[in-house]
Amino acid sequence: MDEPQSTSRKQQGGTFAPSQRGRFFHWLDLRTGVDSLLHAALDEPIPGGASLAYVFGSGLLFLFVSQIITGVFLALYYIPSADHAHTTIAYITKEVTAGSFIRSIHAYGSSAIVIVLLLHITQTFLFGSYKGKRELLWFAGCVLFALMLGMSFTGYLLPWDQKAFFATTVGTNILSEIPWVGNALKSLLRGGTEMGTLTLSRFFVLHVFMIPAFIFAGVAAHVYLFRKAGAAGPIQGNAATLKQSTEPFYPRQVLFDIVFALLIICGLGLLAHFSPMELGPKANPADTQYVPRPEWYYIPVFQWLKYWEGALAIVGILVIPGFVALLFVALPFLDRRPERRPWKRPAAVTIYAIIFIGLGVLGGLSHRNDLRDPAVASQLAKQHEDVVSFMKAPFEPELAGSSLAAANVALANPLAAKGKDIFEQQGCNACHGDGGVGTAAAPKLIGVGAKYDGAKLEALLKQPNSKMTAGGMPATTDLKDEDMKALVAYVQSLK
Amino acid sequence: MLEGNDGNSPGAPPATSRDVSLSSPDRRSFLGVLLAVGTASVAALLSVPLFRFVLHPLLRSTTPLSWAEVGSVDELAAAASPIKKLITVEQRDGWRKIVSEKAVYVIKQANGQLTVLSSICPHLGCSAAWHSENNEFLCPCHGGRFGADGKLLGGPPPRGMDRLETKVEDGTLKVHYQYFRQLVPDKEVIA
Ligand code: FES
Repeated sequence: MDEPQSTSRKQQGGTFAPSQRGRFFHWLDLRTGVDSLLHAALDEPIPGGASLAYVFGSGLLFLFVSQIITGVFLALYYIPSADHAHTTIAYITKEVTAGSFIRSIHAYGSSAIVIVLLLHITQTFLFGSYKGKRELLWFAGCVLFALMLGMSFTGYLLPWDQKAFFATTVGTNILSEIPWVGNALKSLLRGGTEMGTLTLSRFFVLHVFMIPAFIFAGVAAHVYLFRKAGAAGPIQGNAATLKQSTEPFYPRQVLFDIVFALLIICGLGLLAHFSPMELGPKANPADTQYVPRPEWYYIPVFQWLKYWEGALAIVGILVIPGFVALLFVALPFLDRRPERRPWKRPAAVTIYAIIFIGLGVLGGLSHRNDLRDPAVASQLAKQHEDVVSFMKAPFEPELAGSSLAAANVALANPLAAKGKDIFEQQGCNACHGDGGVGTAAAPKLIGVGAKYDGAKLEALLKQPNSKMTAGGMPATTDLKDEDMKALVAYVQSLK
Repeated sequence: MLEGNDGNSPGAPPATSRDVSLSSPDRRSFLGVLLAVGTASVAALLSVPLFRFVLHPLLRSTTPLSWAEVGSVDELAAAASPIKKLITVEQRDGWRKIVSEKAVYVIKQANGQLTVLSSICPHLGCSAAWHSENNEFLCPCHGGRFGADGKLLGGPPPRGMDRLETKVEDGTLKVHYQYFRQLVPDKEVIA
């Protein structure tokens, strides 16, 4: 990144003679250029010196890496399908060693990212660090902000519990408010008109492959543009004193950054250990009582949307948020004065404060409404009880598809149940296995009902075809008609 | 910490200030080593839960023996000849369970003790069935024959019918269902 500088340093070079840096390091450097890499990474000048105010960016990078690591590990046990997602998350939470801890770090990590991101944006805003040829840097940051919101939105669905399912149903419903293309967009995102297993697959792919790829690119661009523009430094001070107090990134700023990362991971670790992330009962799309609530940082938006109904919805859902987002992205173009001190920029700071205070107020209102409406309050309390009792219950493994289910289906139908007895009396199970699962001697019968209808099955039983005879299948001749019907019913029930 | 920039001539470009700070490589590398060791130890500490997470299936060693109920001892002991029983066997496979029904035969030994035989023929795995008219177990596939105690009487099977581990709890006979290798003369557990 810092190519010209590192080259110039190499030319000055005496300080880095092999005798001083060790022969191995020299050997490695000749082959990898690690010295100039380290130099580029660590010796970036910070005008005005290291400061605790600058730790948020690297804190975000740290959290992103932590999310990648915990996410990859969670994928070791997780299955993105409506059938298994909830079971596998319950398995991680209740059975797997350290599973609840790692899942909690990942889930709380997304909240931590939102918090640190808001701090990072606020610091950048108050310090006016977006000024001075930093429009693209700010823009890359805005894109990363949006991608991060996309990550938390898509990740929220993956456990496939009640709250995930219904919050995402509401969240995706918002799309249909967009004129003309809204419904098409919603169906595209859901993989159909309703929420289902295809929605989960889509969210999984977005959460695990697509958005992370864009985030990688975004982070690379953001860091590159940051290094290109240089650190903005303190908000005031004349050029000479700033130059005087300039110090490299390493060691003091590195130390600050490491301390901040440690604080984050300690906080997350304590939270994960003492208040592990909960998992609710499996999503039940037929539940009409459920009152969905999104993750805390979406609550203000959720509350905001409540005020816009009918013809005005488009204003509240699209026009105003779109306008605010545009204002936000275009900030470095709108505010071009070099002035960086916040107290000299009252208009910008006031708008910023109004937006954030407004979001806070909306969040508070939503909370108050929930408490005041007795129906909602009692339903929310009940939902919480369900979560608590689900968490207390031991892990219930999922019945594998090839299991007794077939036998149970058979037993539900009395004719087939009778057929099962005949199947065993006739010794069919000797070769075809109990429940028709097949053995070394004869193929499985599960699924033959789909291949042949009842009449054909009966005919084959009475007179096996040549291939069956060759395999040792005897003709079934000594059965009463009704017993034959029962046997056929049983064989057809084997699915 | 590193305000040793003072020796720097005031007019020098900022890049030089870094070179000066590097001119005390001892201090710098000592701090570097300290930081590297500190970071590495914290990272090692943090990776402990990750290791435990990955190793979970191995540390949980073998799935605990699951015992399937066969029936009440009194009732089974009353029978004169081998009785067929269907037991429900539950196998755990990570987050799922596989439930299947297996046929076993309960036989009474000369000393009155109950023994449970797997009905799977040790030849190629068909189900041997009790035929009271011949007073022996017959395997329909290749004509393997076994006595009322499960001993091999004739046919291609390499050994007698396989006995399963049993225990009695509160008057109920329980069995630990297992599979055994086919076509070998000695009983050998496979799963
Ligand atoms: S499988 Fe039983 S005799 Fe061959």
